[in-house]
Amino acid sequence: MIEIRDIHFSYPDAEILKGVGFTAESGEVVGLLGNNGAGKSTLVTCLNRIRKPQRGELFIDGQSAFQMSRNALARTIGYVAQKNELTRSTVFDCVLLGRKPYIKWSVSQEDLDLCHKIMERVGLLNYQMRYLDELSGGELQKVMLARALVAQPKLLLLDEPTSNLDPRNQYEMMALVREMAKEQGFTVVTVIHDLNLALRFCDKFYFLKEGRGYCYGGLETVTPETLAAVYGIKTQVLDVQDRKIVIIE
Amino acid sequence: MEKNDLTAYNQYIRKKWTVLLITLGLFFVSVVLSLSAGSASLSMGDILRTLFGGGNRQENAIVWNVRMPRVATATVVGIALALSGCVMQNVLRNPLASASTLGVSQGASFGAAVAIVCFGAGIQVNAGGAASALTVTNPTLVTLCAFLGGITTTAVILALARFRGTSPATMVLAGVAISSMFTGGTALVQYFCDDVMVATVVYWTFGSLGRAGWSEIAVIAALTGASFAFFYCNRWNYNAMESGTHTAKSLGVPVDRLILVSMALCALIASVAVAFVGCISFIGLIAAHIMRRFVGNDYRFLIPGSALCGGVLLLLSDIVSRVLIAPTVLPIGALTSFLGAPLFLYLIVKGGRGK
Repeated sequence: MIEIRDIHFSYPDAEILKGVGFTAESGEVVGLLGNNGAGKSTLVTCLNRIRKPQRGELFIDGQSAFQMSRNALARTIGYVAQKNELTRSTVFDCVLLGRKPYIKWSVSQEDLDLCHKIMERVGLLNYQMRYLDELSGGELQKVMLARALVAQPKLLLLDEPTSNLDPRNQYEMMALVREMAKEQGFTVVTVIHDLNLALRFCDKFYFLKEGRGYCYGGLETVTPETLAAVYGIKTQVLDVQDRKIVIIE
Repeated sequence: MEKNDLTAYNQYIRKKWTVLLITLGLFFVSVVLSLSAGSASLSMGDILRTLFGGGNRQENAIVWNVRMPRVATATVVGIALALSGCVMQNVLRNPLASASTLGVSQGASFGAAVAIVCFGAGIQVNAGGAASALTVTNPTLVTLCAFLGGITTTAVILALARFRGTSPATMVLAGVAISSMFTGGTALVQYFCDDVMVATVVYWTFGSLGRAGWSEIAVIAALTGASFAFFYCNRWNYNAMESGTHTAKSLGVPVDRLILVSMALCALIASVAVAFVGCISFIGLIAAHIMRRFVGNDYRFLIPGSALCGGVLLLLSDIVSRVLIAPTVLPIGALTSFLGAPLFLYLIVKGGRGK
């Protein structure tokens, strides 16, 4: 279980997060929704201390994440960035890098075995010796996901993991994340812009508006009123084949 | 799990080890070649026999007192420059980063020029031959001032970068500005002095591996060894830095501290090397680029590989400088620039995809 409490983050000239917080259970996928500039990516980077929030707390299974050492935090929180800088390395090397918080002097057999297991699970085994710059966008995102998961985190943070993918890869990626979260029991907090993708794969929805939480909850929170207040758009939320979909008018 | 599952990866790692072993072999061959190059005719067999304690008095004197200090200087300076280039390129996220890009070499050159011109540390003496006609009368003062120039440049860059939040782009921009300032400063110093002084300053900036004695070699070796240990201990952090600072931070890398300490050590070993032997360009830039083509961006292999490659490159350059128009010894700094620039252009044309 994770509990985010009252996160505040400011730049010298602007207050970005003005007291953000929510809780989520293990295995749940939480979608962070809101307009550009609402503070979604900032919140994600505050949670794993890439940025240091001025105030607030994150508890993971009752332990304060902000009191942890860098290595302990890296073992507890996995992260897939919005943009990935590509280096000339193989898929295996990239996934192995995810074990960095555990590697002392040399790579252990356990590290190698875990990389192999995760690559097999996300479907990368056939690409393991390919170079990153030879992969498609979808394959690359799977590599980044595998790198985050190989540390066996309790919380997985995804910053727009599907932004550069085609619809098929978007669905495959989110389905994989959801499946693995349920299977391995880690919580996922993901920044996501596609409302229908969020409705399909997220268990909970946290709407951010101008640095504050607007509302938080399950499918029932996704209403035309909420979307109008948060995004300033007119929408219809329809039930189609037992699923909710959003149509923007 | 089946052992075969990791076969491909294990083979890939073995290949990288093989590259390192070949580079190590090349290094030993370069050492022997360098020891055998010179006016006194000693065969490879004589050199090897002398190295293993079987040489006569004359051979021992030539190998251990004359040629070995030069070989040791080329080795440690090559390693120091290559290590600093390799690590600077990583932490600055800039493939063109090196001691000269950041102005460390220019700062050191300015320091030497000030010592020679303002503090009277250099003078021309009468002797035959172009290079031997000039000498530096107070090498300690020149070295000290060169070191101060190099380290000041780094301190200014690090202070600016710290003030601006240690952005790699800020550091490179600061380096370009400061290097330009020191180049202008050196030109101004030369403008206001007489011909003899100008000649001495120019001679110093040519670079020479014959300047350093065993005590200087020990200083560079100790600092380079300590820096290598730091860099190698942080090899996984440098690997993480290759994926960007956000990813590196998420993997537990203390990014700001790593950049600052790495840069300080790179500047230290580069400016000490420049202080003792003068400006030697391109070794720091191309050694890492050459090794990247063979071992990729994996710093477990790239750090020791670049160090060895730097040693090999400077040893081979030194051999060329001594044998090309023997008995005249060509200035090593000019030669490395002359040979290094086309080699770097070749690497660019060939494509930057190191495997």
